[in-house]
Amino acid sequence: MDDIKKGFFRPNQKFTTKVRERASIEVKDFNVSIGGNHILKDCSLTIPDKQITCIIGPSGCGKSTLLRSFNRLLDMTEDVKIKGQLLVDGEDIYASGVEITSVRRKMGLLSQRPCPLPMSIFDNIAYGCRIHGIRNKKKLRLVVEHYLKAAGLWDEVKDRLNTPAARMSIGQQQRLCLARGLAVEPQFILADEATSALDPISSKTIEDLFLKLKQDYSIVMVTHTLRQALRIADYVVFMYLGEIIEEGPAEQIFKNPQHELTKKYLSGAFS
Amino acid sequence: MKAKFIEEKVMKVVMALTTVLLFFFVGSIIYTIIKEGWPAMSWSMITDLPGGGFYIGKEGGLLNAIVGSLMIVGASTVLGLLVSIPVVFYLNVYLTPKSKLGYASRLAFDVLFGVPSIVYGAFAFTIMIALGLKTSLLGGIIVITLLIIPIFIRSMDEVARTMPRDILAATFSLGATRLQSVRVLVRQILPGIATATLLSIGRAIGDAAAVMFTAGYTDAIPTSLSQPAATLPLAVFFQLSSPIPEVQSRAYAAAFILTVIVLILSIGGRLITNHFSKNRIK
Repeated sequence: MDDIKKGFFRPNQKFTTKVRERASIEVKDFNVSIGGNHILKDCSLTIPDKQITCIIGPSGCGKSTLLRSFNRLLDMTEDVKIKGQLLVDGEDIYASGVEITSVRRKMGLLSQRPCPLPMSIFDNIAYGCRIHGIRNKKKLRLVVEHYLKAAGLWDEVKDRLNTPAARMSIGQQQRLCLARGLAVEPQFILADEATSALDPISSKTIEDLFLKLKQDYSIVMVTHTLRQALRIADYVVFMYLGEIIEEGPAEQIFKNPQHELTKKYLSGAFS
Repeated sequence: MKAKFIEEKVMKVVMALTTVLLFFFVGSIIYTIIKEGWPAMSWSMITDLPGGGFYIGKEGGLLNAIVGSLMIVGASTVLGLLVSIPVVFYLNVYLTPKSKLGYASRLAFDVLFGVPSIVYGAFAFTIMIALGLKTSLLGGIIVITLLIIPIFIRSMDEVARTMPRDILAATFSLGATRLQSVRVLVRQILPGIATATLLSIGRAIGDAAAVMFTAGYTDAIPTSLSQPAATLPLAVFFQLSSPIPEVQSRAYAAAFILTVIVLILSIGGRLITNHFSKNRIK
């Protein structure tokens, strides 16, 4: 990413997470039940590094649950039972004693509807840096500018950084959320149907951004739109009723699916 | 015309009428207060302490009650907020929406909300007797604080519960701890906090029953927490029960002053609320 290198603004060695060469998420025999319903069944999966992985499947198949278990946002749901392992950079994030905030910090999250924080555009980006200890105003300004540029938003908002984020258009809000997530320097970007609430032009902008960002980040996105997966996925995971039915490089899955269910889903027999 | 359209029209008229009726009540209350109290209003009413013959209709003012009321309300608002805000955040950030502890505490606050203020007064009075305390400013402050805490908590809680859970998810996913998320939530529910404060102040400043036993009444301005303090509602109460017309008129003057204070606080509160609402996510 052009002039500013990732990690440049770290004030000292306070941050222990090095920017790793390889970032990895490995799911091993992972089971989730919520309120007695078995949502994810024996899922095993390795998310490839620096690629766009699309998780596809019909509604209610557990795509979002899987995504939200990557950064332990599942903890917010009540009555969750988890079995199995989920390794991020080799560390089981569901093991006891794991520092949950540092796990979450590795993953930028884009939710279905953009959710800016109730503060100004500038503070939305700066918030993440502030909670991780960066207070220097000059540095914060640099960081805000850098990531707003990375999200393709700088030119649109540079003159109104102090206006409330809630006044932006919904497409801009989603890019703001992306910039906000990037500003804490994650390794992964998790996108939960991040374009489904957006107009086609804004969706295209987000997709283009993802294609650019995959040089530096591993992107995992849940999508409802097959065509979107066709356009941008490098790796595809097909889920059905809580199970991972088939996974593989996008070309293989789309051109030569092995499983009967995948074939049916891709042909539009159900959605 | 079809029945559903007639129903629609009738209901609309009923709703409009009841709304207008409320305006009528507010208007007639203000009209009565002004009509009865205005003749007794003068600068000395708000700048002077009661003189020797004040309660038989001679010189003096209500400064003791005005200052006493403001002292009690100001202090108990601050104390009340200090207690209630942590409770609201504990309920909404640390406990899950279906938590049993959350359910039990909300129920308890609802019960406290419904307890009549005279019961608070009597309760505090019993404790004060047991501790050998006399009526004092401190007693008034404590009982009013107890009285408004449930109002604070329930009204702020209602606002906090409408907060999108996504905001929490967003802050968590940035690696925020729960306490760091609270700072974001504060911004989101600031308008709610302001409204809750206003509601509580309105209730606190107008309450006579709780302060009767605890703060007492005096013609002087208290200079320490252990001295009794006068309040405007009691000034209304005592003077209205006098047989002398001038004194009764002064009761209305006290009511007028009380109403004006509440009005100023409400308008001020609304301006502040609007100011804080600008960053709110809808």
